[in-house]
Amino acid sequence: MADTHAVATGHSTDHSPHLRHHFDDMDQQFDSATFGMWVFLLTEIMFFGGMFGAYTVYRNMYPEAFASTSAYMNPLYGALNTAVLIVSSLSMALAVRAAHLGQQKALQICLLITMFFGICFLVIKGFEYHEHWVDMKVPLFGGHWNYSEAPQFAHQAQILFCFYFFMTGFHAVHMLVGLGIMTTIFMMARKGTFSPTYYTPVEVSGLYWHFVDIVWIFLFPLLYLIGHTRHLV
Amino acid sequence: MSTVLQDPQTTETPNYLNAEYGWKSWLLTTDHKRIALLYLISISVMFALGGVFAMLIRVELLTPEGDLVNSDTYNKLFTMHGVVMVFFFLVPSIPATLGNFLIPMMIGAKDLAFPRINLLSWYIYVAGALFAIAAIVMGGVDTGWTFYTPFSSTYSNTFVITAAVGVFISGFSSITTGLNFIVTIHKMRAPGMTWGRLPLFVWANYATSLIQVLGTPVVAITLALLALERGFHIGIFDPAIGGDPILFQHMFWFYSHPAVYIMILPGMGVISEVVPCFSRKGIFGYSFIAASSLGIAIVGFLVWGHHLFVTGMSMYAGLYFSLLSMLVAVPSAIKVFNWTATMYRGSISYATPMLYAFGFIGLFTIGGLTGLFLATLGVDVHLTDTYFVIAHFHYVMVGGMVVAYLGGLHFWWPKITGRMYPEGWGKFSALLVFVGFNVTFFPQFITGYLGQPRRYHAYAPEFQVLNVMSTAGASILALGYIIPLIYFIWSLRYGKPAGNNPWGATGLEWTTQSPPTTFNFDVTPIVTEEAYAYAKHEEAHVG
Ligand SMILES: [Cu+2]
Repeated sequence: MADTHAVATGHSTDHSPHLRHHFDDMDQQFDSATFGMWVFLLTEIMFFGGMFGAYTVYRNMYPEAFASTSAYMNPLYGALNTAVLIVSSLSMALAVRAAHLGQQKALQICLLITMFFGICFLVIKGFEYHEHWVDMKVPLFGGHWNYSEAPQFAHQAQILFCFYFFMTGFHAVHMLVGLGIMTTIFMMARKGTFSPTYYTPVEVSGLYWHFVDIVWIFLFPLLYLIGHTRHLV
Repeated sequence: MSTVLQDPQTTETPNYLNAEYGWKSWLLTTDHKRIALLYLISISVMFALGGVFAMLIRVELLTPEGDLVNSDTYNKLFTMHGVVMVFFFLVPSIPATLGNFLIPMMIGAKDLAFPRINLLSWYIYVAGALFAIAAIVMGGVDTGWTFYTPFSSTYSNTFVITAAVGVFISGFSSITTGLNFIVTIHKMRAPGMTWGRLPLFVWANYATSLIQVLGTPVVAITLALLALERGFHIGIFDPAIGGDPILFQHMFWFYSHPAVYIMILPGMGVISEVVPCFSRKGIFGYSFIAASSLGIAIVGFLVWGHHLFVTGMSMYAGLYFSLLSMLVAVPSAIKVFNWTATMYRGSISYATPMLYAFGFIGLFTIGGLTGLFLATLGVDVHLTDTYFVIAHFHYVMVGGMVVAYLGGLHFWWPKITGRMYPEGWGKFSALLVFVGFNVTFFPQFITGYLGQPRRYHAYAPEFQVLNVMSTAGASILALGYIIPLIYFIWSLRYGKPAGNNPWGATGLEWTTQSPPTTFNFDVTPIVTEEAYAYAKHEEAHVG
């Protein structure tokens, strides 16, 4: 093509060792990484959205049965875990800020706090799952299932419990992945990888962490709270 | 593969093929062009596998009696044909091969935004394909490629979970490819490469990527639910405890209808490149074609219910889905009109890629228009689950996508390999594909209209003549696929060197050497003109 002129690609001012060869400069690399994470989160929204959609269908089909399962849930666990995740999100936001400002110690401490609360969440969730098991609320193969709370809904509630385990289970898997990512980021931070000019991985994993927290913010009212008014009345 | 490609004769100047040698340099590469070739080889294997199942189906249908295979085996044959062809060939076909190779070059970038994720996507694809192959080897699946519940979740005795896991995994390869394309197109364009100057192939793949990113996760979660339902009998799709099997169909088609556009939009992108090149004219209605790609992607998400007209859906939902399904015809028709307008008063030459483009326009138009028959509620009740449906979607998927894929491969083969394919054989096999395809599938419109149901290994004797025609056509079609396979491989060594731009085409990919160097451009190009400035170039040529 006659009219494609050429410019030199080397940016003499930009010789960061973290610049990958196919990017022009650090800005482009940073923008691509964050934009990529946003697109990935769109995918995740659709992934959870499929579950939320199916959940909504069944909730409209069997509102009474749903109210009864929701009433069985202990909102204390849910509320506690919501608080735990909000705090972890705060420390994650602070970690990104620390990385941006180049405060290495603060970055590592914030990451540790984030991971600590992430683990707290999973431990609390574990206790809760254990309680469901003891209460015979795990309808695998139609067994281990007792719904004396509202026997007339025994069948439908089984489906709703499956959704409960499915949705919270997938969320917990995302938490585990998040903890893995945070461990990696923490190791990188300890090696002093990050600086005010290069903290893309912290920023990007922060976005992921916040997303997983937000999913819980939707799960909590949908699974724990909606049936409770009816129950209390 | 590498033994062929490392032949020193084909690679005199340094390029991406001879930059490194050995298996490792291929299996650990992050070069989008090499990954495109990895995909090309693996989807060709899957295409051959799906083709074998198709041939077995056609041979069984030579006679009205079910004599070659029993009905259970036949169920497995059409299921595995569908699963392999849809999820492991058509969905990745153009994006993962031509898209992977060309998008960075067309926008003036050195690579995709995330080269390592690009390689990962190929490994994910291979892992998914291995699961699918494992399901086939262990004894197959018989649910139909749509995995409808409750048959798939409760009653089928075949390897549904293995196959579903394979499709689930391969979905993530589709998602990562789409994600990579979206970010690359947004962030990696060369200076001057504005959105209004992007080649239409890039626009088409951009729209495709949107569907991949937004639709695929839904089918992933649907298949995960299906696998859990089947594995643990948790009742989500089981009517016995209040589950709703039709919900599965809704969720499945929420992805799988838009997926039909994953399987056609990139083909439309190829045609939008080929038609102006061989008409020596700028494309007619650039912005309409670009916008219609996005329009198809968006409206495509709102029409899935047309697969459930006879399944038990409210009449009003039926009306809505029928109306919107017809609306999709508008952006598709815009494209067809613009391609023909581009050819009008152009100086058309009949090289192989252009022959495929002609084939595409004709066959896609038939496929699209028969889609309108099926979108019409009353007609669909009569035609549901007949061969009319089979003929309709094969006109779009094979007559459209596979033809465009072959056209694209011929068009860019000189760029990919630096060698020309033999033009005479190319034209001959393009003709075989066109004739073979029509002889195979046109009779199915008729048998379907007359009421031959799909998915049976036996049929009423009065349909035999048309079915024998179909099988004969399928054999011609198979030949039309085998010949290019042979001469493409032959051309790697013996094809005549192509030069940088054998077609005199516009577009940044043609400004580089053939085959390109590892980083595509030695210097980042600056774009100063619209796409398809053929008129300008022709004038300069004449003057
Ligand atoms: Cu459809």
